[in-house]
Amino acid sequence: MTNLAFEKSATTTKPVPAADRQRRINPLNGVAHVALFLWALATAGPLLWVVLASFKNNTEIFLGKPFALPESFSFSTYADAWSEAHIGQYFLNSVFVVAISTAGTMLLGAMAAYVLARYKFPGNRAIYYLFVSGLAFPTFMALAPLFGIVQSLGLLNSFTGLILVYIAYSLSFTVFFLVAFFKTLPHEIDEAALVDGAGHLRRFFQIMMPMAKSGLISITIFNIVGQWNQYLLPVVIMQGAGADSKWVLTQGIANISTQAGYHAEWSTLFAALTLSILPMIAVYAVFQRQIQAGLTAGAVK
Amino acid sequence: MRHGKYPFIIGFLVVPLALYLVFVVGAYLQMFQLSLTDWSGYGGFTYIGVENFQKLWDDSVFWIALRHNLYLLIVMPIVTIALALFFAFLLNSGGKKAGGVWGSKVYRVIFFFPQLLALAIVAVIFGRVFGSDKSGMINGLLPQSWTPWLFLADERWALTCILVVLVWQAVGFYVVLFSAGMGSIAEEIYEAAALDGATKVTLFFKITLPLLWDTLQVAWVYLGIAAFDAFALVNIMSVNHGGPNNSTQVLSMQIYLNAFQNSQAGYASALGVVLFFLTLTFAALTLRVTRRDAVAA
Repeated sequence: MTNLAFEKSATTTKPVPAADRQRRINPLNGVAHVALFLWALATAGPLLWVVLASFKNNTEIFLGKPFALPESFSFSTYADAWSEAHIGQYFLNSVFVVAISTAGTMLLGAMAAYVLARYKFPGNRAIYYLFVSGLAFPTFMALAPLFGIVQSLGLLNSFTGLILVYIAYSLSFTVFFLVAFFKTLPHEIDEAALVDGAGHLRRFFQIMMPMAKSGLISITIFNIVGQWNQYLLPVVIMQGAGADSKWVLTQGIANISTQAGYHAEWSTLFAALTLSILPMIAVYAVFQRQIQAGLTAGAVK
Repeated sequence: MRHGKYPFIIGFLVVPLALYLVFVVGAYLQMFQLSLTDWSGYGGFTYIGVENFQKLWDDSVFWIALRHNLYLLIVMPIVTIALALFFAFLLNSGGKKAGGVWGSKVYRVIFFFPQLLALAIVAVIFGRVFGSDKSGMINGLLPQSWTPWLFLADERWALTCILVVLVWQAVGFYVVLFSAGMGSIAEEIYEAAALDGATKVTLFFKITLPLLWDTLQVAWVYLGIAAFDAFALVNIMSVNHGGPNNSTQVLSMQIYLNAFQNSQAGYASALGVVLFFLTLTFAALTLRVTRRDAVAA
């Protein structure tokens, strides 16, 4: 509260040069720093603990002292997690499914959005609202019928089924976002190309797609993160005999966590968690600006 | 337009629309049909009228789950938005010219990171953070002489643990979102108000908050959707899928259990139908409650 009083005296005076004002405001940030630091600690703490515990053996984990360094650094838990607990397999499955379904979502979503945004035809509005209405309803609602549909198409426990479902459920937001985006793009270049005799397809791929690059990148990041993090849909679709070889990372780790409870194999679980967190940290470290922009772009219309 | 417009339009729409109709619209339509049947999830079914809905009305677990969903739906967005506004305000309080507090960029990067982790992974991590013996992170931090807290195994606290994790994961995203919103508010407005003798608190409630209203509305809807789901957390963290003693039971878990564990897919569809109308009501209410005249900047 002391800073508020201080701030008041600082701000009620006449405007001061920027440098001067900055000097006055900075010391009041002491309390702000404590609050911010505590939340940063609360955010990073559990993750750091997971990484530390991945090097410990079960005895060390059960001793408590969560932030004590492990007695010896051994990577054997990682080898176990990668091959025996199949984290490597689950990881590759996730990469494969997300790569194809994000590419599919982007292509199909951009096609639909482009047509809906730039062409007049009967039923345009109806189709747009049909796509967008999917945003209002949580995925888990129609879980049972979705299972029935995938089953009747013979796509249960197949990558094809999972990829098609990912694309279908990602279209709502992708179309919603890209229609708004395509509408903001100027018409002049498009018309000039039309006069020059460029066909519809050519204008889409050679003019609109490059012009829409920033919007496409944002929504691609959104879809990659969203699909990589899916848990409910794979749990529903990837079940049945031999399903575990096709599980994605989230499913695999959730399963190891259940198994670990029975066998007290906590260190394998922590290694598996670390293996799933580290790539995200690496990607985030490189692309954090684009990732933050891409994910928040959807929220500010 | 030139010739070939319609073939082009149809060519571009047919595949995305077909996928969407089959897997999304189809699923919702069938949900209404199946809610009137005794479908087990495999094979055929017979129509049984509104029996599922009568059963639902008498199902005490449904009401418990609904109450938990409403609790999460209200408390989780409020806590998340309050914390995110607080941190965003601290990060930006130095003003644009002063560049925010020292290290604000680093804080933003750290806070945001949990958003990139799958909720299922977060659930596994916090399942161990809340471990009920010394192997859990929090119990490991407590003095050795203390009796370990049960957390997720304690009926009274289990749902709070779920709530904490939802908030933990979401706050960073909204800090970044609100920071962006605050950054776009013209510095002159603050300077003018400050000249008139407004305190920092007044500035926040009279200028920042009203000008952020649109962003807050979007945040509320997004958080509502996240809180409504919570499937990954309950399925992975809670004792016995919604336990102990249904203290963490939520509707998404109920739909999943009925469809795939109890072989009552028809009943699960009836749950979905009820939820469909609840969601519509929630969406309408949200729009009505949060609607306000835009403040002229």
